[in-house]
Formats: sequence, structure tokens, C-alpha cells
Amino acid sequence: MKYEGNVIKYGNNVDTDVIIPARYLNTFDEKELAKHCMEDIDKTYITRVKPGDIMVGGLNFGCGSSREHAPIAIKASGISCVIAKSFARIFYRNAINIGLPIIECPECSDEAEEGDKIGIDLDNGVIINYNKRKSYTIHHFPEFIQEIIKAGGLMKHIRQRQ
Amino acid sequence: MAMTMTQKILAKGAGLNEVKPGQLIRAKLDMVLGNDVTAPVAISEFEKAGLTRVFDRKKIALVPDHFTPNKDIKSAEQVKMMREFAGKMGIENYFEIGRVGIEHALLPEQGLVVSGDIVIGADSHTCTYGALGAFSTGVGSTDMAAAMATGDVWLKVPEAIKFNLIGKPSEWVSGKDIILHIIGMIGVDGALYKSMEFSGEGLEFLSMDDRFTIANMAIEAGAKNGIFEVDTETLKYIAEHSEKDYEVFTADSDAEYVKEYTIDLSKIQLTVSFPHLPENTKTISDTGNVPIHQVVIGSCTNGRMEDMRMAAKILAGRKVHPDVRCIIIPATQKIWKECMLEGLFEVFIDSGCVVSTPTCGPCLGGHMGILAEGERAVSTTNRNFVGRMGHIRSEVYLAGPAVAAASAVTGKISSPEEVIG
Ligand code: SF4
Repeated sequence: MKYEGNVIKYGNNVDTDVIIPARYLNTFDEKELAKHCMEDIDKTYITRVKPGDIMVGGLNFGCGSSREHAPIAIKASGISCVIAKSFARIFYRNAINIGLPIIECPECSDEAEEGDKIGIDLDNGVIINYNKRKSYTIHHFPEFIQEIIKAGGLMKHIRQRQ
Repeated sequence: MAMTMTQKILAKGAGLNEVKPGQLIRAKLDMVLGNDVTAPVAISEFEKAGLTRVFDRKKIALVPDHFTPNKDIKSAEQVKMMREFAGKMGIENYFEIGRVGIEHALLPEQGLVVSGDIVIGADSHTCTYGALGAFSTGVGSTDMAAAMATGDVWLKVPEAIKFNLIGKPSEWVSGKDIILHIIGMIGVDGALYKSMEFSGEGLEFLSMDDRFTIANMAIEAGAKNGIFEVDTETLKYIAEHSEKDYEVFTADSDAEYVKEYTIDLSKIQLTVSFPHLPENTKTISDTGNVPIHQVVIGSCTNGRMEDMRMAAKILAGRKVHPDVRCIIIPATQKIWKECMLEGLFEVFIDSGCVVSTPTCGPCLGGHMGILAEGERAVSTTNRNFVGRMGHIRSEVYLAGPAVAAASAVTGKISSPEEVIG
């Protein structure tokens, strides 16, 4: 699995209320949700984001509620992958379960700047920041997560099991 | 190997003699929960996958509490989906208007969770049931969908942080002040991925309502779960509310913790969390002059009977400040009725509060008390993120019921002493 795109950068503790405010939770239509993604902290996000772009956050990305609408909104807005120093645990589960790749890489998160071009090769465990001419090694997902990803998400994985 | 409370419960759920931190397990579930925001997503996933049966009709709870009574057509459609799914699958614990309450107050009250249980809920505050000595944690909708079919969930065994509670809290200090103090101390990611385990002689001064409040906000420190040692108080609560079998797990005396804190409850002061993160705490004497426009007393954190009583004690014979709207939301129908029978509604109404039917409502900026631009609220809820209760330039200050009620009277953040003298 390979991804390439430009960085859209945020800070620490990006919470699910700003990723998708609760006032829009009366629907789970992904296109509807995507329209309001990040709007409370970044009004221009939705006009700026291009398919394949990579969202980079700091510590505790996705903290707050358990709403799966948050990774769904990010994915539907065009983001191919989220990199952060650390993720809130429910957000981490949800992203994996809906098939949005997320990577913990503190160094890359510190050094990446808005607009940098980044390439990710999940199979070989590397991230390259072309603007900074730097590469970073990343951990492979544990086996059970690879299985879920390979199956195409948790529900497909369950169906195979049954 | 020595294990913590959480590790022992997880080992039981996985059918293993022991588990280690970091180990991936598949655990059997005693309860799977969803609400009107998360369950519709799960139901749609469940149906998309072509699944036709749930694992156990008694072990699923569907609680439409967030926008109840449905605030608009879209939320009504979401609840309709839950109602129809519950009917089709024969799910016993679907709670219709008139029976519904805020999920995390409702489940323990209905006796649906007891100590030793393993519970997942598609709601981050599912960690509340740790107060009963259960392992409970929030997950997403896809996890819920899968769990409704299989009755199990994949989990990583967490490391634990131990909180040894000693001393007796002073008057007006409640569970909320204790947990806000702890979050202020360790930060919103201070317990990321970990269990927060509460024990110690100070437990005897904490009511079940205090413990529910504390466990409820474990997620605000990033924790996977919060859990309390089971004592006579817990067993009394379980006996009064449930007929389910329960099992008590105690941590081994040599269990490993990544950190241990001793918290002297007698030193904890009334605490307020300033915008926009729960870790931005100040003790009441450091809050300064903060005029407010709204007070909310309710939610899965502080919408229980003791919260109502504490608020009433301060509001009795006094008036809500003319510039303040004070919204009181008993968390369940049962609490509502108890408030009514104890005469608390008379107190609230005479002082100029409005009393709402049980709902999450303003806690998540859903309805029933949304803030306009520039407005400030003191709220007994659990999150003060940007835009949580309304406009992105509104502010939420988190506090316990005593500070919230006192602030409603004075029109600014205040301690009960300022009001009662
Ligand atoms: S009261 Fe607030 S925090 Fe609790 S379940 Fe409802 S929305 Fe969530």
C-alpha cells in the first residue's frame, strides 16, 4: 500500500468535535460529513484539501468522542492517510475499522510542514518527506490489524470468520 | 504473573489464566451498547455485511439519548432505524421515550452492568461502568456492529496507573472535583491507552454517584478504562439494582503499574476546568471574575440524584441571576421522579431554573440549550472543546454541581460559600 500527497498540518489534541462538530451528527452520509470536516478550526480546509493529501497532527490526535463520523469525514474529504505523534485510542480503532490508514511517527509529525510532499510505503515501512529530503522508518501494523486491513475492514473480516 | 483488576477481568473474558500488557486478545462480551448517533451507523454496517442475527438478544442495549426527544427529522429517522432493528432482532433493551435516560446513568440503574462484566459501547463514556468494578470501554460503530454479531471484541491488554485514594473530601467537594483535579495533574493524554485503577481507604467516603462521575471522565485523560475496587458500597448498589450474577476481581498485591499516585481527597478543592480542554483546571479560589450566561446541571457525568440534591441545596430559597439561564436535566426517568417526589423541582422552578426531560441535549451542543457567539456556560458535563455546546466562539467551564448551582445564583463562576455564606 502506497500513498502520496501534500501535508495539511495541525497541532496537538485535535478532537473529534472539531473534526466533525456534533451539530452535523444527525446524518452519517459521508459526503455530507466531509463538507463540514475541520470547519471549526480551519474554515478553508475543505476548499484546500486535494485527493490523496496527508493530514499530520501532533499528540493525542482524535481525542474526544467515539464518533466514527470523524475518520469517515476525514477519509471522505480526500485524505489518504493520517500521521501523528500519537492517536486517541478509539479514533485509532475506528480508523483501522473503516480502512483509513493511520501512522504514529513523532519525528515526521514534528518536521513536516504544511504543503510538504510526502510519500508513504506501508509495506516497506517508510515515509519520505520530499521537501525535507528525509525518510522515516515506521512500525508495521500488528498481524491482526494487517488481517483486518487485508480483508478490507472489520466487517468484511467478520464475515470471513463466520 | 501478578495482574491488575482490569487484566484479571480481561483474562477471564478471553478464557485465559493470565494476560500481559500489550497482548492482543479476543474477549467475550456481557453487554454491547449504542446510542442514536452511533448505533445507526453500526446497524447500517451490520446490514450491509448481510448479517441477520445478533449474538444475544439480552446483551445489547440501544439507547436513543443524544437528540431525544427527537429534535428534527434526521434524528427521528435515526431513532426509527434503531427501533425497527430492535424489533426485527428481538433486542430486549431498547429504550423508548418515556423510559429512556442518558445511557451511562441508565444501564447501571437498570442493573444491566455488574462487577466483573466486560462491556463495550459505541460511546466514549462507556468507561463509566468501571465504577461497578466492570471493564468497560468506548469503541466505534464498526466495532459495535461486529460485536452485535459475534459477541466478542479484539482488545489490547492495557497497562495500568494506580490511584491510591486517601482522606475524606471536604464539604461540597464531589467526584467531579476529584477527577478534574486528576486530569489537571496528568493531562488529557496522561493515561493514554491505559487503565486508571482506583482503590484505597478513601473509597469509603465516595458514594456510587461520585464513583460513576470519576470513572466517566477516565476517557478525558485518554484512558482505555477507569475501574474501582469493589467494596460493600458497590455490592449494595448491585444488590439493589440487578439480578445478574457478578464476580469480584481484586488486583494482586504485586501487580505492576506504570505509575502510582496517592491522592489525598481531603486536600482537593472545588475545581473548574477552563476552555477548551478538561486539563485546564483551576481551583475555585484562582478562577477570578468570569461572568456567565448559562448553567447546565446534568449529563452522564453529573445528572444523578446526588447532583440534583446538591444543586437544590444551594438553589433553595435563592434566585438564579437575571442574566443566567439555568438548565437542569435529571439523567433518567427514575431520577426525574425521585426529584419530583423529594420536592426538588419546586426548588428549581421557584429559583428560576428550567427542568428538562432526560436527554444529552446541550452536553454535545445537540439541542435544549445551545450557546450563541461569545456566551459562557458553567456546565457539569465532561467536555469543553471548541464549539462543544454551540458557537465556536462560546465557552464551556466544567465544574461539579455545587459550583454550577452557586454560579447560577451569582452570575459568575463562584463557590457555594459565596452564596451560602
Ligand atoms: S451526556 Fe454528553 S458525554 Fe454523556 S453520553 Fe450524552 S453526549 Fe455523551
